Amino acid sequence: MQLTNSKKNGKPVGRALAAATCALLGVQATDALAKDKPGEWDVETALLVYSEADDRVQAVEPVISATRNYDGDRKLNLKLIADTLTGASPSGATPSDVPQTFTQPSGNGSYDVTAGDAPLDDSFKDTRVALSTSWTAPLDRDYTYSVGAYGSREYDYLSTAVNGSLSRYLNNKNTTLTGGLSLGFDLVDPVGGAPTGLSRMPLKANKTGTQFDQEFADTRETDDTKTLVDALFGVTQVINRRTLMQFNYGVSYSSGYLTDPYKILSVIDDASGANFGGNLIGSDSNPVYLYENRPDTRIKHTLYWQTKYMLENGDVMDGSYRFMVDDWGITSHTVDLKYRWNMDKSYLEPHFRYYLQSEADFYKRYLTATEYNGGTPTLSDASADYRLGDLTGLTFGAKWGYHLDEDHELAIRAEYMIQTNDGDQGFGKLASQDLYPDTSAMWLQLSYSF
Amino acid sequence: MPDSTWFFDRRFRLAGTALALATLLAMSGCSDLGVKPWERDQLADPDMQLTVSGVDAGLDDHIYFSKEASSGGRGFGGGGCGCN
Repeated sequence: MQLTNSKKNGKPVGRALAAATCALLGVQATDALAKDKPGEWDVETALLVYSEADDRVQAVEPVISATRNYDGDRKLNLKLIADTLTGASPSGATPSDVPQTFTQPSGNGSYDVTAGDAPLDDSFKDTRVALSTSWTAPLDRDYTYSVGAYGSREYDYLSTAVNGSLSRYLNNKNTTLTGGLSLGFDLVDPVGGAPTGLSRMPLKANKTGTQFDQEFADTRETDDTKTLVDALFGVTQVINRRTLMQFNYGVSYSSGYLTDPYKILSVIDDASGANFGGNLIGSDSNPVYLYENRPDTRIKHTLYWQTKYMLENGDVMDGSYRFMVDDWGITSHTVDLKYRWNMDKSYLEPHFRYYLQSEADFYKRYLTATEYNGGTPTLSDASADYRLGDLTGLTFGAKWGYHLDEDHELAIRAEYMIQTNDGDQGFGKLASQDLYPDTSAMWLQLSYSF
Repeated sequence: MPDSTWFFDRRFRLAGTALALATLLAMSGCSDLGVKPWERDQLADPDMQLTVSGVDAGLDDHIYFSKEASSGGRGFGGGGCGCN
């Protein structure tokens, strides 16, 4: 006969005792299973399938994360992620009352967009492999340190980072102060080379191959880099037997190539006449599109507050709020709520997330011919990337998990997200176009832990 | 522009004040808050970890990093282009 604790999950009494013992010793358990057994590996595997509506981004992402527990306190984690992306992504150009043709990022072809349709660049296909590792160990009774490294490789992007943090326990381990630092270095090597910011996208129509190649080469720069420094300060506080809280402040500084090399802006004719609100036509009789350009530094400040509360029946509420402000003029608010409803051998966890963001100072849904100023733009930075605009996001989801036994858990998770944008509605012919289509996505994740 | 500089400064000051208040609250309240070592049974439950599944959190963070202008807060995230 197996003794069980009927109040909470029907977990074996032995497990509950082990958890309580860990707690007395100040050891933090790390997962929902009977893990943290010294000398063993705990493995979490998952497969994520991500799909956006309207033939936009589709991704498949397998993950494996393994944690080796040495003696209860010292832990090594290794995590490997691979993802494959296909589909189409909004280029930033505005829809038009006439068909449009754009040059692919590689310069080796073009893609057409039907009149009235949102310009989507469907030429990308990417594979990312990311590997990260971390090591956590105590320094003494009051201090724990953690060091880690991260590296990921995409066809056009290399990202690397190292990080370290130190935690100090106070008040019988009821308070934990943590300080951490992360240093990152990225190498950006866009398909076709990085375009010069706010230069005109070369279009092949009405040109010889040589003319086009020359024009394309003239708008290219060499590979570029990005450096990132992140600092994080946190306080974790046990409030009472059922409540745990965390406050974090993070500051992040990035510098270098922060532009998205694949995003463009339409230039709209604002001279009164038949083409008022249509694409500006250049001297080569083609519409004028410009490659976007963002500032080369960014400082973000983030405040994060999370609370976990266990109810009498063993269910757990998890709520968090994040405030972000940066020197690009963006502020954002994120609220995330989860409720874990524990049943006999399984659990169900509904999830809700709300995100509200204000636009960057240099966000422009389009540029006017006046701002384009005949090829010498009056602005130094401009982007029509909807992710930098006024944006509201809602996510609804749920996770269902089943404990096969003490060491094995199977879980399935589904999330649905909808993003809506708003902003300048255009003028003339442009005003009849849908400049802010919604973005909706859903993802399904299957996980198995052992 | 003087106006936008003022605007940023004001917002940064607001963020700074909020942080200082939160820290002060946490620090001053610490001595009265908390539990005895033998009262940690519920807090030790794996479901009470701040991040229950690192894999779920990592996957979601990467999705939102690629679809929004904000990231981080909880800890150091992974990197990447997030271009699409």
